[in-house]
Order: sequence, then structure tokens, then C-alpha cells
Amino acid sequence: MTFDIALLLAQDGLTNGAIYALLALALVLVFAVTRIIFVPQGEFVAYGALTLASLQLGKVPGTAYLLATAGIVAGAVEVVAALREKRPGRIPAAVGWNVALPAALLLVTRWAAPQQLSLWIQVALSLALVVPLGPILYRLAFQPLANASVLVLLIVSVAVHFVMVGLGLLFFGAEGSRTPAFTDARFEVGAMTVSGQSLFVIGASLALIVALYLFFERTLYGKALRATAVNRLGARLVGISTTLAGKLTFTLAALIGAASGILVAPITTIYYDSGFLIGLKGFVGAIIGGLVSYPLAALGALIVGLLESFSSFWASAFKEVIVFTLIIPVLLWRSLHTHHVEEEEDE
Amino acid sequence: MKLKLAVAALAAALVIPAAHAQVKVGVTLSATGPAASLGIPERNTFQLLPATVGGQPVQWIVLDDASDTTKARQNAEKFVNEDKVDVIVGSTTTPNSLAMIEVAARSRTPMLSMAASARIVEPVDDAKRWVFKTPQSDALMATAISQHMADSGVKTVGFIGFNDAYGEGWAQEFAKFADVRKLKIVANERYNRTDTSVTGQVLKLMSANPDAILIAGSGTPAALPQKTLVERGYKGKIYQTHGVANADFLRVGGKDVNGTLLPAGPLLVAAQLPDTNESKKVALEYTKMYEGKHGAGSLSTFGGHAFDTYLILSAAIPEAVKKAKPGTPEFRAALRDAIENVKNLKATHGVFNMSSQDHNGLDQRARVMVRIDNGQWKLAQ
Repeated sequence: MTFDIALLLAQDGLTNGAIYALLALALVLVFAVTRIIFVPQGEFVAYGALTLASLQLGKVPGTAYLLATAGIVAGAVEVVAALREKRPGRIPAAVGWNVALPAALLLVTRWAAPQQLSLWIQVALSLALVVPLGPILYRLAFQPLANASVLVLLIVSVAVHFVMVGLGLLFFGAEGSRTPAFTDARFEVGAMTVSGQSLFVIGASLALIVALYLFFERTLYGKALRATAVNRLGARLVGISTTLAGKLTFTLAALIGAASGILVAPITTIYYDSGFLIGLKGFVGAIIGGLVSYPLAALGALIVGLLESFSSFWASAFKEVIVFTLIIPVLLWRSLHTHHVEEEEDE
Repeated sequence: MKLKLAVAALAAALVIPAAHAQVKVGVTLSATGPAASLGIPERNTFQLLPATVGGQPVQWIVLDDASDTTKARQNAEKFVNEDKVDVIVGSTTTPNSLAMIEVAARSRTPMLSMAASARIVEPVDDAKRWVFKTPQSDALMATAISQHMADSGVKTVGFIGFNDAYGEGWAQEFAKFADVRKLKIVANERYNRTDTSVTGQVLKLMSANPDAILIAGSGTPAALPQKTLVERGYKGKIYQTHGVANADFLRVGGKDVNGTLLPAGPLLVAAQLPDTNESKKVALEYTKMYEGKHGAGSLSTFGGHAFDTYLILSAAIPEAVKKAKPGTPEFRAALRDAIENVKNLKATHGVFNMSSQDHNGLDQRARVMVRIDNGQWKLAQ
């Protein structure tokens, strides 16, 4: 292996690592706030990428209909809950967020899809279609079980994953898609070429990470989420709604997932079931961070990206084996060096 | 007395339809899961088939096995135990088909696979007596590639394939024929269908500097190594396998797959074949039927393998009906014999000549070399 090849592999590893890092952060966030191991995180990657690809082809993506349908169900659940609790004042907001907004988005998409608008408007529209699926998913699948054990939440999470993969096949078909590059620029750095697209992915990931940091440090909602992550009961006692925290977390997770998908779609082909493996690699990163530390999770994800890139050069047939074997020494080390804390079963 | 008559009449009424029993065909295919891009056109094809074959009413029972070996086996068990089918068709993939062989042999039910590997039907032993398949074997396609490479002056070849049975099967077959043609395989790499990057493998391939690179993948995932090769400035010839012969590969590959060479069944370029080609007529009829329902350009060669099972059945069922009644073990045995005696059957993927030694029955007429030219499949001379 020459130095040139090593540099190219490192560039490739860092680009993929940046995507894994975003997903690792989302997984840590969701686990910290809601105790859910969010298996369907990767599905948002696939949905984001394939929604954009459908819009590129001038088709109305299936996610637009999914959002409208799921919104109606979530809205109905909210209305029933509001009537039961005799708080009809909540109905307009519930209907507005869950039914009116998705319906409006569907109409906008139906109008916009054949117009072949500019790439950036399509990106914005894709995000607008995929991100609201996050809170609706939380409302339907997880909010009723918010106090269940981690194991039950994991099982539901796996079920949601299968449902979303199945719907993905229905909406987007079995074959993959690519989207056009955001930039064709190339830079000559010494002997090697750096593609603008790689820089764009790394830059956008960094920007998202900084934005998340500012959100958690500087805003009231961000602080509320951190408080919930530290202690759910304590957060509730000081008036933070755990339901709101859950929905907000899922919105962020969906945003991160869809944005990662849109970032990665120009450099690779995305399939309806691509998300799982990408999410799993983010998960390995998150495990390195012990599912609690954001910086360690991001670092772990970068290591996964680099390891994957170099092992695909040295021993391509064993690449996945090498990447996922990484988790064993990490778990061993963690189990030797950290105190085992019994899960709090009661609230 | 009246009651007895009524009972007798009722019994007769129940028995008579059974005497004219339909031929039951149990189809299991992979319409979801990793092989869905192959299974969906196959399912679409079965939906288009008529309810009578060779004048005999036929019931098509189509189940999805989700590309899962266990499910394929369960479907086969259900076909023989509950539905009591006369013939099993399927499945889409090699592992699924291999898992079903035992069921077919135990229940003495003929089985027509739509998967590629020669291992499904070779060697014809006590179990595989009952098993036939319609797609070309990898070996047949591999000879086409190695021959084309040798004829165009290629000396060294780099190989990159799926990290699964498909890629491994091709690696083995191709290595065999490359040896015969004095081609040197200088790099041998693997990747996964859903990989986001193959930069590592491509750099390794390019550092070996081969005259040509063979990519053994199926459907759109086969485009990734090629796009990366082009991006890295590889100038040699690029060969793909017949696994990429669908419109989605062209859509995802775009201009980067221009000039790619691949072997394929005659169906892919039916309209460009000379009129003397034996597959042309039936391939065009099938294309018209499929695209009439699913839109122009929707054709995939995998649907053709499904249609070829129908063609074989329409040749064999009338023969078997002469010997026994559908629904009986005798009919299944007669149907097996009739399939084995199918001769000179012009189908969308070539001409079938089954025999007691060859349960695939295809020959050189089942493949043509195709070049991708500005997003079109062109017959390469």
C-alpha cells in the first residue's frame, strides 16, 4: 500500500465515518432521553435519500402518503385522548400538527413533484416530508409504552424497523437510487484529489454537530432534553413534559437520519433496506461511547468508518466481520472498567 | 329413499368437479427481501398467465418467500401437504431452490427452479430427478465472458463480486474458464450489496492494473464498483454479468456504465436479433404482453425465466394429461417424464432440450453478448 492509497482510503473512511457519527449521535440522544434503542434510525436515512430521489424523477414519493395517513391516525389518537381527559382545548393543536400539516405537505408535494424545482427546494421538501414522521412514530408506537422496560422498547423498536423496511419496499421498489452530486468540484491537494462531495459531507456533518451542541447548551428545549436524559422523574417534577421530550427527540433523530440520507445519496446507491446496515455501524460507534457520551460516540463512528475503509482494501471478503468484531473488545473493556448499574424498573 | 337419492346426488355433485380437477401449480418466489428485484418481475409474469395451459384448467398458487430459505422450504411443504400441487415452480434464488429439493423428491413432485446455479440440477441423482431449472447456468455465461475477453486481447483480469453465493459462484466458474483461455486473474475482491463505498476494493483492483475487470453483482448494486472505477479513472474494459440486465441498472449507472459488456439471454435484445434467431418471436410476444401491462421499458430478463417455466409446462402438461389425472401421484410422475422429454422448445431465453442427464437443457443459443450504448442494450457482434 502506498501513501497515496492510504490517503484515499482515509478520505473515504472519514466521509462514511461522518455519516456514521451523525447516526451515532442520534442513537445516543434517543437512548438517553427515552431509553429506546432506536433500531429504525437507519430507515430515516433510506427514506430521506429515496424521497429526494423520487422527487428528482418527478414522482410523488410514497412517504408523502405515509405521512398523511400516519398523521390522520396519530391525530385521531390524540383527539380521543383529549376527549377522555376532558381537555378539548388540545384538539385544534392536535389536528393542526397531525392532520392539517401533513395534508398540506402532501398537496404541496403533488404540485411540486412534476415541476422539477431546483435541487435545494427538493432537499427542503424531502426533509419536510420525512422529519414529521419522527414525532408521529413516537406518538403511535412508543408514547403509550414510555414507561416500559428497555427490553420491551427494544422489541417494539425492532417491530417498527420491519414495518418501515416493508413500507420502503412498497414505496420505492427493490432497486436502488442515486441523487445528483451537490458539487462536482475537485481539489488537488498534493498528489491526491479530494472530491468536493466528501468535503461537503464532512462539512455538513460538522455543522449539524455544532448546531446540536448549541441547541443543547443554549436553548430551553435543549436543556429540557438534557434534564430528561439525566433523570426522567426529576425532570417531570420541575415541569418538563416527558411526552414533549420524547417527540422532540424523535424529531431530531428523524432530522439527523433524513439529512444523513440526503448527504450520502450522491456518493452511493441507496436501497430501501440500506438504512439498517448504515444505522448498525452508527450503533457500533454509539456503543464505543457507551450509549451515553456524544464525543466518544462520534469518535467511535469515525473509527468504524476508517476501519471499514482500510479493511475493504486488505480483506474485502471479511470487511463486515472486522467492523462488527470491533464491538467485542469494546464491550469487554467497558464491562471491566465500569460499574454495572441496575436498571431502574420503577419510576 | 328420497333422502338417499338426495345424498347420492349431492355426493355426485361433489365428486364430479374433483374428477375434472385442475392442474395445480405452486409458485414460490422472492417478491420481497434482497432478491426482490428478481422476484417482482417473476410475480408480475405469473399474474399475466392464462388460467388454462394446453387446454387444461390451471390454478396458479403464488406465494412470496421473502428471499428467505426457511420460508421457501415452508412454502414447498405447504404446496405438497395442504394444496397437493402437481408441480412446484421456484424459487427465485439458488439457496432457496436448494432448500426445496428434498421436499420435491420426497413427495415425488416435479419442481421447476428459476435460479441460476448449476448445482440445483447437477448431477441428476435420485432427488434431482424431480428438479429442473430455466435460467442459464453461471458456467454458460462465464464461457461467453472468457471467450469475449480472449478474443479482444485481454490478458489480465480483476474480479470483484458480491460477498455471497452469487459472487462466490461466479468467482469459481470464471476462474475455471479463465484458466482455459489463458487469462490471469490478478485481483479478487468482494463487496456487499448495501455497501456505501467500495473505494478500498477498487484501489486494490487498480493497483493490480488489469486489462479488464469483471463485476459479478446483480441489479443496481452492481453499479457501485463500476461508478467508483470510472471516478478513479480506470481505462480498461469493464464486464458485468447477466444479473444486471434490468432498466434500473441503466438508470442508476447513467453515463458511467457506457461501453459495459455483458452476456445475457436473447430476451434482453430480442428486437435486435436476426429473424433467424429461434427465440426472437416468443421473446417479442412476451415483451409485448409484459410491457402492455406494466409499461414500456419495464421488462426484466428475470420475468423471462418465469415465462419459460410456463412454456415448459404448456409443452409438458398436455402429454401428462394423456397418461393420468391431475392430482394423482401418477400424474406427477407423468409430468416429470414429460418435462424431461421436452425437446426443441423455443423460449425467451433460448431453446430447451431436456434429457435424463441435462435438466436445464439450454445451450449456446441461450446467450448473446450485449454492450451498453448510451443507456441502451445493444447486441454486440
